[in-house]
Amino acid sequence: MSFDPNAFLIILTGSMIAISCGVLGVFLMLRKMAMTGDAISHAVLPGIVIAFLVSGSRHGLTMVIGAGLVGIIATVFIEYLSNKVKLQSDASIGITFTSLFAIGIIMITFLANEIDLDQDCVLYGEIAYVPIDLWITGAGKIMGPRVTYLSLVNMALVIGFIALFFKELKISTFDKEFAATIGLSTVGVNYGLMGMVSYTTVSSFEAVGAILVVALMVVPPATAYLWTKNLYRLIQLTIIMGIVISFLGYYLAYFLNSSIAGAMATVAGFFFFTTVILKHKQLPGIRKKIETIGQKA
Amino acid sequence: MEEFIYFFSFQDPNVLMVVTGIVLLSVSAAMVGTFTFLDKKALVGDAISHAVLPGVCLAFMLSGSKNPYWIVSGAFVTGALSTYTITWVSNATKLKEDTVIASVLSIFFGVGIVMMTQLQQSGNASLSGLDHFIFGNAISIVGQDLWVYGFLALAIIMVILFFYKEFQLMVFNRSFADSIGLPVKRLEFLFNSLMVMAVVTGIQAIGVVLMAALLITPAAAAKFWTNRLSLMLLIAVIFSVISGIVGAYISFVLPHMPTGPWVVMVLSLIAFLSFFFSTKKGILTKWIAKRNYQRKIHRDHILKALFAANEQGKDGLSCGEIYANFPGKSFRTQYAIKKLGNEGYLSDNQSNISLTEKGIKEAGRIVRLHRLWELYMTEYMNIAPDHVHDSAEKLEHIITPELERQLDKNLNYPQEDPHQSIIPRDKDQS
Repeated sequence: MSFDPNAFLIILTGSMIAISCGVLGVFLMLRKMAMTGDAISHAVLPGIVIAFLVSGSRHGLTMVIGAGLVGIIATVFIEYLSNKVKLQSDASIGITFTSLFAIGIIMITFLANEIDLDQDCVLYGEIAYVPIDLWITGAGKIMGPRVTYLSLVNMALVIGFIALFFKELKISTFDKEFAATIGLSTVGVNYGLMGMVSYTTVSSFEAVGAILVVALMVVPPATAYLWTKNLYRLIQLTIIMGIVISFLGYYLAYFLNSSIAGAMATVAGFFFFTTVILKHKQLPGIRKKIETIGQKA
Repeated sequence: MEEFIYFFSFQDPNVLMVVTGIVLLSVSAAMVGTFTFLDKKALVGDAISHAVLPGVCLAFMLSGSKNPYWIVSGAFVTGALSTYTITWVSNATKLKEDTVIASVLSIFFGVGIVMMTQLQQSGNASLSGLDHFIFGNAISIVGQDLWVYGFLALAIIMVILFFYKEFQLMVFNRSFADSIGLPVKRLEFLFNSLMVMAVVTGIQAIGVVLMAALLITPAAAAKFWTNRLSLMLLIAVIFSVISGIVGAYISFVLPHMPTGPWVVMVLSLIAFLSFFFSTKKGILTKWIAKRNYQRKIHRDHILKALFAANEQGKDGLSCGEIYANFPGKSFRTQYAIKKLGNEGYLSDNQSNISLTEKGIKEAGRIVRLHRLWELYMTEYMNIAPDHVHDSAEKLEHIITPELERQLDKNLNYPQEDPHQSIIPRDKDQS
């Protein structure tokens, strides 16, 4: 197969999105907040619409701020419902995201004639358009694919956030009480993480769609977690898996002529279920071999 | 207004059919949802509704049409597969259930999207309207579809009513159900099938993403009005019928408006109203109760302060002295003094506040409870006299007359508390 620059761009962008999502997902999973990630990815919809209405464009800072704010509001709301209203946590999550998502769809339908935003693009995203969606400066200079830059910035921010607050995240994830006793703001860490999740969702939804963000957030960490318990290794494996998923996903979509994001989720699912079966059947030989590979990775 | 009358008089057989359909499916979803809510499996419904997508696409691929029998069967197969997968992976691995649910949900949805984009590229014109399954539009349901969905919804309702007792036991006391010989595993299988069926029935009208709300929200709202299962089912059903009809009406009036979001909006509104204004557990009810209790405590403390002044031989206290007793609460203190005055406990004579006859009696009662409890703590619990004040400070507000009599009797009608203060008694009592 000859080198195809478009394929390379798509795989590169996909990998960066998968890495940002996956690294955040590791902490979401360990904090038993996997479904909160799902909830946020649905709930940011009204924020996106409002930001779109304000700025009139599908990209830019307004979008990130709008969706980020709604994402954090959703988190506050979930916590409020489960702590103050005393609703069980799964129901709090369910009610919050469905009502926010419904508001978002209603807004889109009302504004259908005024804005170039339809329901489909929120759910699916289309990473295949990355190479033709170019960033053109005011002077008319073509700088290359816009979404690739976006996902690069996103990945840099996520990795920066994790690196900067690694100790805080680690302590507050594994021992909340201890974190509180040493004066760490667990609430602050929590909202910081949720803010990053919202931002990543928005920044990625254009490329992979709202629900597939969840696939990239939860499935690679869940799969990696079955191979290792070490936090560093968990993050490493998640990153590797993100790259592999994006590579194989692209070619699966290419051969099936289908959505690339969907294919990435499918590949992730294949790894996930293969791992579960291998772990479950307790095939001693294969298991040991793969575990040693996991150790080395 | 004309539209309103046209819609609600149901002259149009189409409107009647759509409303009947949506009411049936709301009722079945609310009933199933009540049990899943109590079983703490609310989000499994969300997973099923996403997992239905590949099944729907598969049905399209195999049949090449929008035949409802195929769609229902396809959706049922992958929906059921997802619940089975969730249970299996949760049991087989160390992953937490929410991680498993989120993984299964997104993987199934991803596979569904792959299939859907392939279908869209196949260019089959009869496949248009596939996106109704994602956002839902009740108005798009006609004729044959309605019979299938209506029949399914009715079947779900009947089965739940028939196995009401069994499901109740399964949700509330699984081990007991097991021990009296109920086939819990088979019941669970039946119930999971009902849950999948309820989701399948709703997808075309409500949409994949929002179907979860129809399962979760009515039950969560109903829980705030009652603790009885039968009543909870009834309330959940009423809530979802109301929102189903209102949602259908709005999407009838506003063209191109999908039904699902409006049904969910009305449902959420009802739920939030329940959270705040429910007479049992609502936020507002709790807040009022808490505020009243705090006011009562504050009132009791003012009476006690005046009583203490009386014991020291003073006639009363000035406003300033009372305020000084409760730093930072001057507004509330002012309010409490006014209220106590109105109730006839205090008399305010040129800002010298003193207890009336009635006030002395009431204040004496509080002080008596305080001192009786202090004595009880030292005598019966062997707690040092200098450690009993805090506990008595709390309990003086809540000891009932019955408890008071019991304490008095057990302590053999004492005259003094551990600090050698006289325990005040009403004259007719002593």
